[in-house]
Amino acid sequence: MGLQVKKNNISCDLMIIGAGMAGVAAAIFAARNGIDTVQAGLTGETLYASGLFDLYGVSHSPTRELIDDPWQGLRQLKKKNPEHPFSLLSIDQIRTAMDGLTKFMEDVGQPYKGYPDKNARLITSVGTIKRTYRVPETLWEGVKALEKKEPCLIVDIQGLRGFSAIQMVESLSHSWPCLAAATINLSWDNRLGPKYAEHIARGLESESARMEMADAIRPHLGDAKTLGLPAVLGIQDPLGVCRDMEKKLGLPVFEIPTMPPAVAGVRLKEAFDIHLPRLGIQTFFHHTVHTVRHQKDERFFLEVGRTAPEITVSADVVLLATGRFLGKGLISDRKGIREALLDLPVSQPDHRRYWHRESFLDPKGHAINLAGLEVDDSFRPITARGLPACPNLYAAGSILAYQDWIRTKSGTGLAVATAYGAIEAIKRTGK
Amino acid sequence: MTLKTQVLIIGGGATGTGLARDLSLRGINCMLVEKQDINAGASGGNHGLLHSGARYIASDPASAKECREEGSILKRLAPQCVEDTGGLFVAVKGDNENYIADFPDRCSRCGISCVAVDPKEALVLEPSLSPDIIAAYAVEDASIDPFMLSLDNLAQACELGASQLLHHQVVGFEKRGGKIEAVRLMDRRRDEEVRIFTDQVVNACGAWAGEVAAMAGVRINMVYSQGTLVISRMRIGERVINRLRKAADADILVPAGTVSIFGTTSRRIDAPDNYRPTTDEIDAMIDDGMAMIPKLADTRYIRAYAGVRPLVKSGNDDDDRAVSRGFSLMDHQADGLDNFITITGGKLTTYRLMAEKTADLVCRRMGITQACRTAHEHLPASHAAQYTEPGFTPKLWFKKNDPSDLLLCECEMVSTAVFNEIAESLCENGHRPGLLEMGQRSRVGKGPCQGSFCSLRMTAHMYNKGMLKNGEGIAELKDFLNERWRGIQPLLWGSAVSQAELQEALHCGLLNLDVEESA
Ligand SMILES: Cc1cc2nc3c(=O)[nH]c(=O)nc-3n(C[C@H](O)[C@H](O)[C@H](O)COP(=O)(O)OP(=O)(O)OC[C@H]3O[C@@H](n4cnc5c(N)ncnc54)[C@H](O)[C@@H]3O)c2cc1C
Ligand SMILES: Cc1cc2nc3c(=O)[nH]c(=O)nc-3n(C[C@H](O)[C@H](O)[C@H](O)COP(=O)(O)OP(=O)(O)OC[C@H]3O[C@@H](n4cnc5c(N)ncnc54)[C@H](O)[C@@H]3O)c2cc1C
Repeated sequence: MGLQVKKNNISCDLMIIGAGMAGVAAAIFAARNGIDTVQAGLTGETLYASGLFDLYGVSHSPTRELIDDPWQGLRQLKKKNPEHPFSLLSIDQIRTAMDGLTKFMEDVGQPYKGYPDKNARLITSVGTIKRTYRVPETLWEGVKALEKKEPCLIVDIQGLRGFSAIQMVESLSHSWPCLAAATINLSWDNRLGPKYAEHIARGLESESARMEMADAIRPHLGDAKTLGLPAVLGIQDPLGVCRDMEKKLGLPVFEIPTMPPAVAGVRLKEAFDIHLPRLGIQTFFHHTVHTVRHQKDERFFLEVGRTAPEITVSADVVLLATGRFLGKGLISDRKGIREALLDLPVSQPDHRRYWHRESFLDPKGHAINLAGLEVDDSFRPITARGLPACPNLYAAGSILAYQDWIRTKSGTGLAVATAYGAIEAIKRTGK
Repeated sequence: MTLKTQVLIIGGGATGTGLARDLSLRGINCMLVEKQDINAGASGGNHGLLHSGARYIASDPASAKECREEGSILKRLAPQCVEDTGGLFVAVKGDNENYIADFPDRCSRCGISCVAVDPKEALVLEPSLSPDIIAAYAVEDASIDPFMLSLDNLAQACELGASQLLHHQVVGFEKRGGKIEAVRLMDRRRDEEVRIFTDQVVNACGAWAGEVAAMAGVRINMVYSQGTLVISRMRIGERVINRLRKAADADILVPAGTVSIFGTTSRRIDAPDNYRPTTDEIDAMIDDGMAMIPKLADTRYIRAYAGVRPLVKSGNDDDDRAVSRGFSLMDHQADGLDNFITITGGKLTTYRLMAEKTADLVCRRMGITQACRTAHEHLPASHAAQYTEPGFTPKLWFKKNDPSDLLLCECEMVSTAVFNEIAESLCENGHRPGLLEMGQRSRVGKGPCQGSFCSLRMTAHMYNKGMLKNGEGIAELKDFLNERWRGIQPLLWGSAVSQAELQEALHCGLLNLDVEESA
């Protein structure tokens, strides 16, 4: 692997800063290419994630059209918006990147499903419809049930706040009339008080808990052909838990994403924590990069640690996947937006008054979400003059400018595709 | 639906609720109608300063005296709504020396107490003041809770037999022979029309008074001035702090419980509904206010809001601050309507006096001789506003120690039981309370998460309780989020930007509330 661990000094080819979707995807692709890689970062937005892998669900154009075929949508986008980060990649590259992530998830025992050329639709906990590209297999029966509008029972759990079966049934009543709602108590955890998705999920890893839950649900089934539950079906092997519930109840079962704190993020985090090191990545989760030193055309020296610098990493190449404001890749004050670690130039609106629109839900979206790092064809951040800020510095993920992953429903897709593009570019340099 | 009352009061602000109490204490049957919620207008969008009068000594000595008198009455009779903080007027280097020199004299001419304080001592009293202050005077300003005030007034009125209709908007008048016979309203929640037959009509619609009068064919010449305010996360200072200069923007910092409120601005707008706090106002206010209180530059603010001052025009002044802040009581007999009165303008501080004068006129019309009682009788505390007090619900929750009482709002610790109690108190007349009203009457959505999470828990709970049906919850959520956004959008910088990003990722990225898509 070529790792030289000397007391507190580590040397590597590639240092990935960030452990969100972009950083993790970059690590997977780097490992597959045999690049000697170190990674640091907090779990980032992943903990809030829904587990859905969005690619492109709503168009980037101001008309915000709903996208059925994401590939066709992306082809349009590339034509109309050459500055969009997706446009730096070919359709094949984006597809390879998405498949690469899905394959990884399958290898670690959390298989995903989706249509090859069509977005899937599913119901959310507030009763809206959400488009996405790949869903954990435990959600798949929900996609099919919605398509067919089959008689379906949704069950909620006493104490699990923000997840109401009646809410979903009522909100969808005019378009999906044969939905029914029921509430159960958790017999193995009959303490009063709030219930948390993660606790329930860990409980359901035991056979006896699943048996009791099935017994509680059975009397409500009626003529339902499928059963929807909050996403609480285990952490390590959700599909196994789901299949077991199906066997016990004799009908297809699917999960519905819950509001944070949700198990989807925990499942992803545990998969990454355990399996990235197994791919040969030297990971420093729960560590951040405090400073980056660099002289032109030379190696980077990075101080890494939990609260204070503990280790110095020297690297030929750095990939910045530090996310936006929530991830802490970007910071702001009343006067403007800055990149947090290297003070790279940030493309942004002229004045704070243009950052956000007057209406939160304005379909046009907020201009601040298009702010970020401008990159060249090789995903290297550029300066005002259009030249790379640094020949061996790359960036990927939501920190990139000219995209709005929230409004175009492309969070995971954008992170993974740009990570793939950056690693390909790094590979080409031969370092 | 058709209803009947002796006196119909239009507008549920400080003036309307104060009038409902005044009339009820005189034994007159009245009904208060409000197009949104209590204090939806300027009474919910003001600074909460119980004026000593010192701010108006130069521009409007008559108002200054009114404030002095009314301020001292309220401190005595409604102490539950007032925090008697005292106030300071301070000047910094560069402020007009003549104004400073004339200040104590002018105060004493209006009978307003004003005591010189050595600048060094002022710094000890209020350490957040700039070391550059050159003069300071102590006055009898105080802080008042406008929401508690209106709810207490209304609660006593209702106890004495008055009734209220929230979310009912006046849309027209039926006139016959120089009189208004009935008032037409729209029940905005049910989309139904309601007619109310009445003997007397009082238009207490503040900035909307012109609009409402026009429906009765009466013209009032009004202009509108927006004022913007910001709430700091923590309380800054013990007293009300005023800039000692001719009234201008960014002059006043008022402590209110655990927070402080800084403002304000004066911006002409063309219609009373077109108000909202803007980024430019906030930036200008902070840049200006820093001279007096440097800390304002790096304080964290949790919410901005704005209110509209109705300015009844007589001349053609360009400076809105020069238009009198006194109130206008208009008897529309002169306009050919015998039973229609408008009361507008004025201040929160003088709301009681405004109500008294209006009630006197109503009584004269009706041939009733009962005298006003509000200048001498205590305003009973109703507890209706207790849940808006920071720290109250957490204490209650810990004391009750009932694990089955789930928290709906974790930041401010508002539990299901408290939520249900407030909701029930609002369910009169078959009314269905919404998320915004619940937020108004409790601290739900006022914590650091700005409603991102509690809005979802509340909506789910409301469906479980049968308070919401069909797709109503999605519409409620959108309204709640957009309304909260008004108050945070101009304050988005630093860590607030991350919070907003999380909120958008959740509500739009995951829950798709920005997209219309049916199953
Ligand atoms: C509420 C919510 C809902 C979401 N729902 C969906 C969804 O439905 N579908 C979907 O596809 N995606 C969803 N997403 C997730 C989205 O996919 C990702 O957040 C997005 O793709 C951004 O990924 P990123 O890796 O670029 O940035 P982030 O996830 O923000 O990661 C940034 C990383 O950089 C690290 N970092 C920052 N500074 C430093 C430093 N100095 N040193 C070391 N590390 C540093 C952080 O610790 C973190 O690990 C959701 C996200 C949120 C918050
Ligand atoms: C920025 C600002 C700061 C201020 N600061 C202070 C201060 O610190 N101290 C002080 O003493 N005063 C202050 N004031 C003044 C004070 O707020 C107002 O004078 C007072 O609140 C006016 O109360 P009101 O009841 O007359 O009007 P409002 O509170 O505006 O009430 C009018 C009501 O009528 C309702 N309405 C309108 N149209 C209709 C209709 N068609 N049908 C039914 N209902 C209708 C509205 O919804 C509204 O609730 C401030 C004002 C502003 C704008």
